[in-house]
Amino acid sequence: MGMTLAEKILARSAGLESVKPGDIIEPKVDLAMSHENAALVINQFMEVYKGTGLEPKVWDPNKIAIIFDHRVPAESAKTATNQKKIREFLKEQGITKFHEIRGDEGGICHQILPENGYVRPGTVVVGTDSHTTSHGALGAFAFGIGATEMAAVWALGKVLNVEVPGTIKVVVTGEFSPSVQAKDLILHLIGKISAQGANFKALEFHGPTIKNLSTSGRLTLSNMAVEAGATAGMVPSDEETIRYLRETAYVTDDIELMVPDSDAVYEQVVEINVDDLSPQIACPNMVDNVKPIEQVKGTKVHQIVIGSCTNGRLDDLAAAAEIIRGKKVSRETRMLIFPASGRIYREALELGYIADFMAAGAVVMNPGCGCCLGIHQGALGTGEVALSTTNRNFKGRMGNADAEVYLCSPSVAAASALTGVITDPRNGGN
Amino acid sequence: MSKVIYKVGDDISTDVIYPGRFMATVLPSETPMFAFADDKDFNKKLRTENIEPGSIIIGGENFGCGSSREQAASTLKGYDVIVIAKGIARIFMQNAINLGLRTIIAPAIEASEGDEIEIDENKVHNRTTGKSFDYEPISPARASIVEAGGLISYARQKLMEKN
Repeated sequence: MGMTLAEKILARSAGLESVKPGDIIEPKVDLAMSHENAALVINQFMEVYKGTGLEPKVWDPNKIAIIFDHRVPAESAKTATNQKKIREFLKEQGITKFHEIRGDEGGICHQILPENGYVRPGTVVVGTDSHTTSHGALGAFAFGIGATEMAAVWALGKVLNVEVPGTIKVVVTGEFSPSVQAKDLILHLIGKISAQGANFKALEFHGPTIKNLSTSGRLTLSNMAVEAGATAGMVPSDEETIRYLRETAYVTDDIELMVPDSDAVYEQVVEINVDDLSPQIACPNMVDNVKPIEQVKGTKVHQIVIGSCTNGRLDDLAAAAEIIRGKKVSRETRMLIFPASGRIYREALELGYIADFMAAGAVVMNPGCGCCLGIHQGALGTGEVALSTTNRNFKGRMGNADAEVYLCSPSVAAASALTGVITDPRNGGN
Repeated sequence: MSKVIYKVGDDISTDVIYPGRFMATVLPSETPMFAFADDKDFNKKLRTENIEPGSIIIGGENFGCGSSREQAASTLKGYDVIVIAKGIARIFMQNAINLGLRTIIAPAIEASEGDEIEIDENKVHNRTTGKSFDYEPISPARASIVEAGGLISYARQKLMEKN
């Protein structure tokens, strides 16, 4: 019996011939990522060693990546002190994949890992962040775990007691209309299968539309797989994966592709055709409360956000800049832009996008998680509404439980910034 | 016998259980004060009333969806409550098991605030309404972590076996 991509990767990482859904395995970890919550991981890691007489030492300092992104630059003395504690630990342990609060190497973890070539097809990636599913875009089995689980990974180099998930195959056909993007596809899928439709399952993306999709678009899909509850959201690696790793991540060593078996067994197959797909909007307060833009256009918004690990890449900024260029952000709203990494920020500077945004009245912030999760910057006022390219619209998400968040693509966000109401970007916003 | 101290609806995210703005607070000894921080009445109840260990929070579908923040489990563990929900999101459930917060998936559960609940090996019994509900057995993978007293001790055992 053939195996899905998740089963193949997990079998190899556990040193087994084959696995099936429900099997309990201990996969070896190829990359373990944390951000500021490494402060808690360190605490739990020390707890694991307590009373053992062993010296606390991570299993492999080359396989751990730490990226500061959630609260950068620090918004409080508490965060700054946590960051300081993490820096000291990294030095002691010899961990070198460390991305500081810097304009050259810094950024959001889910952009930093792919753009630096840290993620490879067929590998196991864990991160103390639910959006670690992002890295499935490169054909890895990547999933979010808690801090204590990560402490065990740091000590042992494997994830304990993993139950092999069943896989849902998503087959996508058709061509996107202009101004309709990967974000619209993933919002549509989540609306279709619900926010728990893939809980404890892996998603595997197939079909000609996915084949033709850039790695940036694939990252948007995989990033939001977790919003359907999925453990992982994977795109089988192909020529585009190699192109991305060579041209964007500057990988020079061998790249091994891994694809599912042709006779793999899927628990469910979901088919989507995007030919007639409208821009999609996730309405408050759930990511699966998805409606086509026709049903919500005209809704007043007080803050527009473009950025995040979901939609802060260069092509996202390009799509927005094209709409904004030479025009003005409505005085009835405000627009915040945060590129996903320092590198993307610099490329956007060189291409003139940043100047376009600022001349139009947008505020361009430093790369980081920013207002997406309401930790600092860009909080909403009571009764206000945001329209954002980020990935969550839960109650309280942008720092105020009495405000609302709608989710959309970069093109919808940009078109809406010019009007102050949710606006369809097709036909020039008319 | 335990009392239901709170009942919530479907899709209660970890942003609701432990809002993002408190994420700089990480230690299990410090997180409980921010449990359901935006739900001022319940947060106050947790902090100021003497919550009986084993008290029950009833959830709907997809309880704990969203962020992997472990604070969402440690903040509830601080009050030693039991979560009984129709469905529980994967990462929250794993974090709960790792930290020793008891979670039960009972797909048909019906209970209201104040109801008296008893949990035996097979069923959740609502002694107030007289109805009983099946719950999903814990998987062997998770049971071994619970038996070890949580993931810290389980990982410690594994570490000692290795060395």
